[in-house]
Amino acid sequence: MAQVTLTVNGKQHTVEVEGRTLLVELLREKLGLTGTHIGCDTSQCGACVVHIDGMSVKSCTQLALQADGANILTIEGLAEADGTLHPMQEMFREHHALQCGFCTPGMVMTAVDLVQSHPEGLSEKEIREGLEGNLCRCTGYHNIVKAIAAAHPLMHAQAAE
Amino acid sequence: MYDFAYQKPGSLADAVSVLSGDMEAKALAGGQTFIPVLKQRLNKPSTVVDLAGLGLSGITVSGDVITIGAMTRHADIASNADIKAKIPGLAHQASLIGDEAVRHRGTMGGSLANNDPAACYPSALLALGGTIKTDRRTIAADDFFQGMFTTALDQGEIITSIDLPIPEKSAYEKFRNPASRYAIVGVFVAKFASGVRLAITGASQGGVFRHTEMEKALSANFAPDAIAGIVTPADGLNGDIHASAEYRAHLIGVISKRAVAKAA
Ligand SMILES: Cc1cc2nc3c(=O)[nH]c(=O)nc-3n(C[C@H](O)[C@H](O)[C@H](O)COP(=O)(O)OP(=O)(O)OC[C@H]3O[C@@H](n4cnc5c(N)ncnc54)[C@H](O)[C@@H]3O)c2cc1C
Ligand code: FES
Ligand code: FES
Repeated sequence: MAQVTLTVNGKQHTVEVEGRTLLVELLREKLGLTGTHIGCDTSQCGACVVHIDGMSVKSCTQLALQADGANILTIEGLAEADGTLHPMQEMFREHHALQCGFCTPGMVMTAVDLVQSHPEGLSEKEIREGLEGNLCRCTGYHNIVKAIAAAHPLMHAQAAE
Repeated sequence: MYDFAYQKPGSLADAVSVLSGDMEAKALAGGQTFIPVLKQRLNKPSTVVDLAGLGLSGITVSGDVITIGAMTRHADIASNADIKAKIPGLAHQASLIGDEAVRHRGTMGGSLANNDPAACYPSALLALGGTIKTDRRTIAADDFFQGMFTTALDQGEIITSIDLPIPEKSAYEKFRNPASRYAIVGVFVAKFASGVRLAITGASQGGVFRHTEMEKALSANFAPDAIAGIVTPADGLNGDIHASAEYRAHLIGVISKRAVAKAA
């Protein structure tokens, strides 16, 4: 066993892990943050996407020990402490961008990084391309794309405040 | 996944000594190939040596060469202003690898060391006539790739950086598998004052290769029409559920013409 110290959603944790423990396993099994999902075994579905130091990453394709010292944001850390949803979550609700919800945590985390890294704006094509690492079996993607387009001005207005 | 010990050395010498002292130790870069392999229990390392603490990332231009650190991530190659301006084919290629989350972790050194027959970068290294620098020597692209998943690297040898000569023109075109996003056929073409080099990935059982007949025709006339009549035999090409060897042979002609049209 080895120790890893990392910050998750603003809170520091020191956890005992094996060499083979994946970051997603640390989040779900050691910290009880089960919002981050595991949808495949092949690094393809994106249900497990979290932010590591601000960048979207597949937490199933990263060892927990590689995240030593890192700052992690999961879906649980997006809303405000009083429960106010993040604009991306709000727009997913508004635009009915989820059905079963399995892909949603990864979709939202990918979408937040995509919008943050494109302050200049995003075309529909860019949004669709930005989602190529996230698979959804329910929605047909259309409403997810609409939700992200709607969240873009809200997030950048908030950032400008 | 089988368990293993994890180490993150702070110097290249320490990393080389761990990897060379233990035949079962393996290097870890971005993990975007290696971790899926470990999950499938296709590999059972004793120790995984994380290269992230060696300071091997970064992009520098000097004269007519761009040097890319082995640990430089796909996303940084895709967005780097120098690479976009001087080797646009490479920036475009990096932007097509996997998806954004994969590009945030995967590295150029990891992809080249792995030499997947469907990987993208091997075609850029070979078409540009680049050079691999390791902890102990330099290896020319033409000597580096030795068949699928096989390279000139010795056990424990670490790629530290990659030198790529800046061409007059470059382009990459990829016919990709829509599920995995790897290349079914990928073509990198580079035009230098001294001639044209064109490398094909994804297609051959032997891994990446140079299409010398097309290179000759394009060196005389750098236009899609110059290679329109060239037929690539299907012998030795991959055939699988995604595409037959004959289809790949056909795609080589089509995708090469697109790459030339894009570069010209
Ligand atoms: C969903 C998905 C889609 C993908 N699509 C594509 C695609 O379209 N095109 C493409 O080209 N690739 C694709 N990839 C692979 C991706 O580009 C990987 O990042 C890359 O192949 C390996 O780089 P890495 O840094 O992740 O290396 P790792 O996975 O960490 O390592 C790979 C191998 O290289 C060795 N190694 C790593 N670095 C070094 C070094 N510096 N010196 C010596 N040995 C080293 C390791 O020991 C290991 O054996 C995809 C991957 C995924 C998960
Ligand atoms: S669970 Fe991570 S990509 Fe599918
Ligand atoms: S909402 Fe069910 S998988 Fe996307």
